[in-house]
Amino acid sequence: MDNIITYREAVRESIRKAMQEDERVFLMGEDVGHYGGCFAVSKGLLDEFTDKRIIDTPLSESAFTGAGIGAAMNGMRPIVEIMTVNFSLLALDQIMNNAATLLYMSGGQFNVPLVIRMATGGGKQLGAQHSHSLEGWFAHIPGLKVLTPATVQDAYDMLTLALADPDPVLIFENSLLYNSKGSLDTKVTPLAIGKAQVYKEGKDITILTYGINLFKVLEAVESLEKEGIAVEVIDLRSLRPLDDETIMKSIKKTHKVIIVDEGWKSGSISAEIMARINEQAFYELDTPMARVCTVEVPLPFAKHLEDEALPHAKKIVDVVKKVMGVS
Amino acid sequence: MPSLGADMESAILMEWLVKEGDRVTKGQVIAEVETSKGVIEIEVFEDGVIEKLLVEEETECKVGVVLAIINSDSEEVSQVKVESEEKIVESQKELVVETENERLKISPIARKKADELGVDLTKIEPINGVIHLSQVEAMSKTISKIPEKKEKVKKEKNGMRQAIAAAMSKSNSEIPHYYLSTSINMTPALNYLAELNKERSIKERILPVAILIRGVVLSLKETPQLNGFWLDDEHQISQEIHPGIAIALRKGGLMTPALLDAQNLGLNDTMNSLSDLISRTRTGKLRASEMTKQTITITNLGDLGVESVYGVIYPPQLAVVGLGAIVDSPWAEGDTLCVRKVMQATIAGDHRATDGRIGAQFLDKLNQFLQKPEELV
Repeated sequence: MDNIITYREAVRESIRKAMQEDERVFLMGEDVGHYGGCFAVSKGLLDEFTDKRIIDTPLSESAFTGAGIGAAMNGMRPIVEIMTVNFSLLALDQIMNNAATLLYMSGGQFNVPLVIRMATGGGKQLGAQHSHSLEGWFAHIPGLKVLTPATVQDAYDMLTLALADPDPVLIFENSLLYNSKGSLDTKVTPLAIGKAQVYKEGKDITILTYGINLFKVLEAVESLEKEGIAVEVIDLRSLRPLDDETIMKSIKKTHKVIIVDEGWKSGSISAEIMARINEQAFYELDTPMARVCTVEVPLPFAKHLEDEALPHAKKIVDVVKKVMGVS
Repeated sequence: MPSLGADMESAILMEWLVKEGDRVTKGQVIAEVETSKGVIEIEVFEDGVIEKLLVEEETECKVGVVLAIINSDSEEVSQVKVESEEKIVESQKELVVETENERLKISPIARKKADELGVDLTKIEPINGVIHLSQVEAMSKTISKIPEKKEKVKKEKNGMRQAIAAAMSKSNSEIPHYYLSTSINMTPALNYLAELNKERSIKERILPVAILIRGVVLSLKETPQLNGFWLDDEHQISQEIHPGIAIALRKGGLMTPALLDAQNLGLNDTMNSLSDLISRTRTGKLRASEMTKQTITITNLGDLGVESVYGVIYPPQLAVVGLGAIVDSPWAEGDTLCVRKVMQATIAGDHRATDGRIGAQFLDKLNQFLQKPEELV
């Protein structure tokens, strides 16, 4: 059944449904209870599920992420909310050395069915320390799954998929998306983890993107279409695993590709995607691959500088035109 | 980059044999270049000091490109040096642009598609230096019908073969050849050589080919009309005789380097120069002048038992002399039939420049000389 709701509401509804359906599921993190979550995602859930299942934690990402790992190993289905990706660095040891490796280190005895949600991305004038976009980093790590819901539907579906997965899943919610609206169908079968989605078909060039940049790309596509350039837009959805099949299929059709990624270029997920295209579809390319990424600087505080440093529609239009050889 | 042959468009500068600051003298070999005909040494025509080497090793250059600046000892040149240097820098820039453009960029899918559709990529004009898929597709549409799948013939791109092909095609389509042949009794010449070689060490011995070349050269002195060029519809007779000697290369192919100023070489010198020429040809160490100055060609297929050689003239030369195998044959002398060493000598002449009569006179002279070999020393 279709209804128009916000991304925030979609995440909340997904958590609520999971907690209603499975008593092993609980939410913990900084300010998720009484305050209702830093981004108000969990607002109202404390009243509904009590502080046994909506747990406010001390300000120690390492501690509560570690607690979540322990709970998961012991049969629970914890949802750990790390306020933003910036603070996930404090829990990196738990995520990388425990969550990602324990199945292997225990000789297959212990799965870690943990879900970690965190807000990501820049663009809110929060300065260089609070504007990171590090999902590409986490996608480097075997043992993790990295999801980046862009749409309301995916915000709802991906949490369900993540909770159903026996291994740790990280969900990156771009904080600028919480207020975005879209339609949600709760009856549809979710598109599996590791599947990209052809968001829009086109024959001239493929744009690969994920998260909030999907909408910047769509804005760019609108103006490109007026100039007769038919863009195929692919929402990657999952950065680990990457859906090579869908990516290569599209390149075999358009023979041109650009990647839009809010990470910095060096060692980024966009670099990884380019490498895979080179490995798997080099002979399908008609132009060099191109990227729109964040300028390689600590993200500026000043609005005009921050806006310019991040990917935006005009940059995407310019790069597409350059690749297409039109001015 | 000097022109090392009428058909040469470019060559690769393989190695500099001098460095900046070196003093060079006229005639010194300063570089080696690889043309379609082989590796050739480049001589310098002025005394001076190498001021700048403008082209890096292993770079392909068109004929006429400035390779290096030599600060000549003459004052006049030094004065205009600055100006010319600027010009050279300019031309150097052009060169760089040219070489950058030389590597045609073809997108991977364009190359793949061209292969599938049988589109000739060299017929497509690149856009900004690159050939894209859309151009290949457009080109394939202009090909009225896709040719039947031909069996893939392995194309061997061989510079020397291409050069020979071009020259021989030109020759056969432009030059009206006439052919003459005569049998020559070689017994006197061979007996003479045997006598001469008796006293000599193996290294110093004269081979029959040397006496034949000597005979050809002396005969050409008597019939100079065959020695020279047909250029711009004009018959140009050369005073110097530089016979191009056809030399088969071990790796295949053929070269005809000139035995320079053969008119000044006696029999011994002819032999020595020939040995030197053959060994340098086979090691790829020929000089530019030897590649370009041939006034006539001598070809000898006798070692393979061939009795008559009817050659194709190498343009712009006027004739090619063919020497066959020396074989024991019945030979009438007066009323007696005997066995003699006999060789077929042939000449193919350019009928625009000479008539058969001149060719006949040449063969007659050659025969006469070989009957009196002592005159060939």
